[in-house]
Amino acid sequence: MDSILQKEYTVVQDDYVNAGKVSSDIKTTLAEIGISPKILRKIAVASYESEINLIIHAYGGKVYLDVSDDGYISLVFKDPGPGIPDLEKALTPGWSTASEKARGMGFGAGMGLPNIQRVSDEFDIESSPQGTTLKLGFRAAV
Amino acid sequence: MTIKELIEQTGWKLSTPSLSTDIEIKGAYCGDLLSWVMGNGEPQQAWITVQVHANVIAVALLREFSCIIVADDANVTEEFAAKAAAEELVVLESSMPVYETAKKLVELGI
Repeated sequence: MDSILQKEYTVVQDDYVNAGKVSSDIKTTLAEIGISPKILRKIAVASYESEINLIIHAYGGKVYLDVSDDGYISLVFKDPGPGIPDLEKALTPGWSTASEKARGMGFGAGMGLPNIQRVSDEFDIESSPQGTTLKLGFRAAV
Repeated sequence: MTIKELIEQTGWKLSTPSLSTDIEIKGAYCGDLLSWVMGNGEPQQAWITVQVHANVIAVALLREFSCIIVADDANVTEEFAAKAAAEELVVLESSMPVYETAKKLVELGI
């Protein structure tokens, strides 16, 4: 299978003002190549939550979008740290380490990773103090 | 019911007068925790919240809500209204608390 679309984005730590821009572009980009609204909604949830995680928890990071000709959509979120100390807890609904500032804006519900896991067809996360890599996959007919 | 009809029935303020209000509302979602709203909201709902900042607009657009209803006289700034208008997201302001705002929608059959 060959890649038919690739895009790369940078997300900046604490950049609350631009939060959601990357997810919005991903959604628009995928809509343009004919991905169905139902799949787009799942991807929008997953990409927004992951983008927010880079902003509020990580030192920013990179987002890689890749669509292959068999309709598989891959989203990879890679950050340079500080890592998730307890992945099991982070995947537990309601558990959050968000700052007071983030909570004041309505983040920190502890639903980020659980939401992402729920809507993704494939979900893989690896984390160490050197960084976290979140790999998500979605199957769509192109 | 459309946003336009809702405004006629409630007198709620339209903070984004440059936008069309001929948009259908199908149900509503109340919440201020963004991930909760992101995970549970449905397209075309009106989102009732007291959060007023740029991330609310991002969530509303990604979730494809028909509009945001800012309840309880939460302060809709000019900056917020301008950003919402630029992103083509209709914002209404209700001076009723969230519960009464939602109740009003129920009374109107939304």
